[in-house]
Amino acid sequence: MSVLSAILILLALALVFGAVLGFAAIHFRVEEDPIVDQIDNLLPQTQCGQCGHPGCRPYAEAIANGEAINKCPPGGETTIHALADLLGRDFVPLDAEHGEEQAKTVAYIREDECIGCTKCIQACPVDAILGAAKLMHTVIVDECTGCDLCVEPCPVDCIEMVPLEKTAKDWYWQIPVVDMQDPQADIIATDRPKNATDKDEAA
Amino acid sequence: MTEYIFILLSTILVNNFVLVQFLGLCPFMGVSGKLETAMGMSLATTFVLTLSSVCSYLVYTYLLTPFELAYLKTITFILVIAVMVQFTEMVVRKVSPVLYRVLGIFLPLITTNCAVLGVALLNLKKDNGFIDSLFYGFGAALGFSLVLILFAASRERINAADVPRPFKGSAIGMITAGLMSLAFMGFTGLVPN
Repeated sequence: MSVLSAILILLALALVFGAVLGFAAIHFRVEEDPIVDQIDNLLPQTQCGQCGHPGCRPYAEAIANGEAINKCPPGGETTIHALADLLGRDFVPLDAEHGEEQAKTVAYIREDECIGCTKCIQACPVDAILGAAKLMHTVIVDECTGCDLCVEPCPVDCIEMVPLEKTAKDWYWQIPVVDMQDPQADIIATDRPKNATDKDEAA
Repeated sequence: MTEYIFILLSTILVNNFVLVQFLGLCPFMGVSGKLETAMGMSLATTFVLTLSSVCSYLVYTYLLTPFELAYLKTITFILVIAVMVQFTEMVVRKVSPVLYRVLGIFLPLITTNCAVLGVALLNLKKDNGFIDSLFYGFGAALGFSLVLILFAASRERINAADVPRPFKGSAIGMITAGLMSLAFMGFTGLVPN
């Protein structure tokens, strides 16, 4: 009898707790799309706007809603590969319309010519430029994402983009990429006839 | 009223859960690296500890005692604590995303904080009533928070100090904890009981 009551009591307790948690799960649900966070983590966070969105997170939201993954020049092919892996889409080469992939650069202010107008500070999306009105400005190299948004506002054109040298720390192995649409791509000979039939079917 | 002040003083200083009774040592060592996370952890633990102390008292008194199921208290308390922690996590996530991000993984870890179960069991051992349990749990949480924040602050200092190489990292942390424990032993006899 006491065994039965023990089982029943624990069962009742577990049911009540389950109901509480279930209620809480519905009542305190947080609406957020985890995929947007994951995509946002893969983007380079330059906030440069070259993709046509006002920043990396809006672009991440757009990708989650089905936009193309090849509009991010600062990220380049590495980012497109990572996005393709995450989303299970095919790799597409960078869309040239949004800019070419360039070597990573940082802004450099020629300090003799700087008049201290603070216009570049306002343009910088990551607060990497230091300075005050009528005083010389300078760029914090570690913070600069190389988005070159500060170049245009400068009235005396004293900002230039300096390429960062590749060091052993940021060098990575270039994965060979094959464009499957290109009939000249013949890395593996047996792939070619299969691709050809695929194309025929598509046509 | 003095009774409750005594309970608070006793749990915060004299019978501090971490440094005198050696309960809840894992978060004490694990989360004390940064002052900010230590504060977050203290807040979450305070909330959970107080609530679970009261809830386990209620469950024990009004559910287990009438059915003579006192021997089920440990497993029941674990259930109560787990639910409390889960509930807290949901509420915090909804109410304060910032705090949720600060607490991160530590919130679920409160479930395995032995101080939480310890408080629930000690409440029974001491025959605490409802209000007593509330103060006992709250005091234990305050004591835990106090010690955790003190310890995190001193560890931040120690990181900047010139520690001999064999003592770097956790070793000097352990020594600091031991010294703090010695200091807290000095409160013995401050409060009757």
